[in-house]
Amino acid sequence: MPSPVITGAADTEVGKLEGSTSLGLQAQAAMAAVEDAGLSLAEIDGVLCAYSFTEPHLMLSSVVSEFLGIAPSYSVAVQAGGATACAQLVHAAALVESGRCRHVLVVCGDNRLTGMTRDRAVAALSEVGHAQFERPYGISVPSAYALVARRYMHEYGVTLEHLAGVAVAHRKNAMRHPKAQMREPITLEDVARSRPISTPLRLLDCCLISDGGAAVVVSAADAARDTRKPGIAILGTGQMNTHEHIVAAPSFTDFGCKQSSAQAFGRAGIKAADIDVAEIYDSFTITLLAELESIGFFGRGEAGPAILSGALDLDGKLPCNTHGGLLSYAHSGAAGGMFHVVEAVRQLRGEAAGRQVANARLGFVHGDGGILSVHFSLVLGRL
Amino acid sequence: MTKPLPHPNATTQPFWSGCQQGRFELQRCEACGHMQFPPRLACTSCHSGALGWVNASGRGTVYSFTTVYRAPIEAFKPDLPYIIAMIELEEGPRAMMNLRGADPERIAIGMEVEIFFEPPAADGGYPLPQARLRS
Repeated sequence: MPSPVITGAADTEVGKLEGSTSLGLQAQAAMAAVEDAGLSLAEIDGVLCAYSFTEPHLMLSSVVSEFLGIAPSYSVAVQAGGATACAQLVHAAALVESGRCRHVLVVCGDNRLTGMTRDRAVAALSEVGHAQFERPYGISVPSAYALVARRYMHEYGVTLEHLAGVAVAHRKNAMRHPKAQMREPITLEDVARSRPISTPLRLLDCCLISDGGAAVVVSAADAARDTRKPGIAILGTGQMNTHEHIVAAPSFTDFGCKQSSAQAFGRAGIKAADIDVAEIYDSFTITLLAELESIGFFGRGEAGPAILSGALDLDGKLPCNTHGGLLSYAHSGAAGGMFHVVEAVRQLRGEAAGRQVANARLGFVHGDGGILSVHFSLVLGRL
Repeated sequence: MTKPLPHPNATTQPFWSGCQQGRFELQRCEACGHMQFPPRLACTSCHSGALGWVNASGRGTVYSFTTVYRAPIEAFKPDLPYIIAMIELEEGPRAMMNLRGADPERIAIGMEVEIFFEPPAADGGYPLPQARLRS
């Protein structure tokens, strides 16, 4: 069966967007993605939304569809934390493959920076901790990832400098993207000197808090022929869920991204080594290191030294997070993961001016929700 | 906003009642012997619903730890910096606790700890299991 196709992709401005609203950012991204596909909103027959912190609603996809003035025959919200964007893509692919929809709009957006205080954002995220067995101890999302980081460093000889190298590599990439929130250069020393958040993680080991929205259109293979730009095929998808709370994680070093990526590579009929460009969830520096090694892009303990030697650069072994990722491009809730998808589409279309990976034909996108709890992987390819 | 306190439910009440008696209790599967924490309705290994409770030794080792400098909510700010540790209990399961009375610079993975109970913050509350280094 021919693969589902990403026919449109767009993101809004990102960073501190005074006066922006969650609904407005979602609508703006949605309209831009539909325009990018060369479609009209009237042709959208499926809508998949995510969630919003600043304008929470029980039926977000219905709210967004109403605001856009469309009446899709299929419309639901999907929630899987940071893995939501990739999860939405997996659902959209299934909807067009089954024939239920022809063009599915997949949209995320939140004004998490200007719509709530930083303290409120941190507090809201900490509520994902276990109510009885984690939150009474003062756990936060950074602290949970810090527990992973400390154990991972212990088992595989990862150093603070290796973590800092991840932050520096992302900043280097973000500096090539005109829209990135953080474009000032940083050094390993800057990361080392940034204030401790939850040891061993320092401020520059942690993702940003941003306003922004992003959307894509996923079309059935036959419907994709009517669209404006060369389609990007969804060649393989995978998912794995091993736990939710860190207290229940079966391992602190081996995560579900191993199985979810293996499924996606298998369905696409490729190997990890075939990937030309990767956009992988980077909520913290340790998140990316653990994922790169669990997936198998690097051997255990080898990603850190390789990244310090430029492995994630545009001409490195694995060009990765070419827009700057959650660490330096932007992170506005579910849209954070969708920025990875949008960047992969741009790279595979050859549209990433100033940061284009040469001859990028196969892309890998990965989302992680919770504390490395839920994983969704996508293999994308130029048609 | 006050600190989140444990509010037991039907599944966790035996655990918190045990804490009131100075016991840290684990669930033990009567079908396969698997020990687990936090409490659930079924065995996470064989999915049998026949679960009993056993008193843990109260000893374990530091599996991982972090010193927190950025509190999740205002109520934890007076405690900064504080240590959150993942403790691997002698019986196998892991549990999160604060590691009290330890110098953050001198903690290492593998150090031996013991559980003690901090008195409830409010009347009618439950003692919170915490960890301290063994001599």
